[in-house]
Amino acid sequence: MTGFSAARPAPVPVLTLGDILLVTLQGDLHDGAAEQLQHDITHRIAAGPGPVGGVVIDVSGVDIVDSFLGRVLAEIAANARLLAARTVLAGLRPAVAITLVELGLTLPGLVTALNVDDALARLGRTPSAAPPSHPEEGA
Amino acid sequence: MQVAEHDTASEAAKELGAFLERRREQIAQRWADATLFRTVFTISRDEAVEACKAVVDALADVARSGRLEDVAAPGFDTVRDQLGRMAGSRAQAGFDPAHIDGEVVGLREPVAALLRAEFAEAADPDAHGPTLALAVLMGTLRLVVMNTTVHAGQELISRQRRQMLEVATPVISLWQGIVAVPLIGTLDSARSQVVMETLLDAIVDQRAAHVILDITGVPTVDSLVAQHLMKTAAAARLMGAECIISGIRPAIAQTIVQLGIDLGSILTRATLADALAHALGRQDIAVPPRPVAVGASPR
Repeated sequence: MTGFSAARPAPVPVLTLGDILLVTLQGDLHDGAAEQLQHDITHRIAAGPGPVGGVVIDVSGVDIVDSFLGRVLAEIAANARLLAARTVLAGLRPAVAITLVELGLTLPGLVTALNVDDALARLGRTPSAAPPSHPEEGA
Repeated sequence: MQVAEHDTASEAAKELGAFLERRREQIAQRWADATLFRTVFTISRDEAVEACKAVVDALADVARSGRLEDVAAPGFDTVRDQLGRMAGSRAQAGFDPAHIDGEVVGLREPVAALLRAEFAEAADPDAHGPTLALAVLMGTLRLVVMNTTVHAGQELISRQRRQMLEVATPVISLWQGIVAVPLIGTLDSARSQVVMETLLDAIVDQRAAHVILDITGVPTVDSLVAQHLMKTAAAARLMGAECIISGIRPAIAQTIVQLGIDLGSILTRATLADALAHALGRQDIAVPPRPVAVGASPR
């Protein structure tokens, strides 16, 4: 739309925790940045330095999830599933959840978790607070 | 012409104001015996007289300001609270607004009698001016009392509505990570909104992985209520919690099926106990199977 000719916003950093990709979204996410993120994650899973078993998207710092971002999140999950990685959406705020439901965006294909700890547990990894150990089987 | 008319009207109002001030004591004494004041101030007659004086003062003030027909006249402000309390205590005693209104009407006659007597003595040919002004003023007083009565009623209703919303949506912590919300009464949009908000806040506060919506106390489930339930379940799922709907009575199950409502995306259980057993099972807590037939309740 309007933002394409302007200076591109800083891309969202994608962190690697073992074989998990951790993405923390903050504040207002630009449409272009969201698409860039989708592209980055897909490439990291398919051709990244190491194998990727899961993707955790932390949205606890996001105030507004509109229909576009909702669709991008669902597409990231669908892409990851095609590449044999599971995606967990973590830390959705109550107000954002209510808005999404009122908009009719229930994100049916996405696994959700209360926070990043729970998301890691859901992917079969012990939370970060636990002493270092090998990831348990049963993902 | 119009100016002259206006002048006589304001003359009459001023005259009435002066008369009310002059006869303040007498009017108050008579009003204290009227039903309205007598039944409200049962403890002491002096108190009733004081209250009557306050009302007479207010009326005199309004009359002097010439705003006989103005319900919002500043003169009424001093007694508005008091009138509201009086009307409220009459309403609590079980009288409807029309009855209270009738009692306020009864206040006019004693004053009118005094007024007539005074002008009869003076043999004033213009006596109908102040009498008319008095009638208008008492009419306005009726309206003021009515307004305060209705206002008090509305305040009561809105306060009770707020209380109902608070009382009706407790969030119960059943186990670590398991919360339940027993829903009681009809589920409308406003209530389901409150339920959703309190439930989502509880999920965050208690780090709940399972939430149970118990609809045992919901008398009927129509498509609207079902939609509210599904929305709440979807919102809980977005927060990373699993939502279980329990307490579905056979009649309600039949209604849901007959209405063709698809609750397929939501986990349902017959009773809160079943839902709790399911949630505990999901947390890898062993729950012994319930005894069959011996202790099983029919519901």
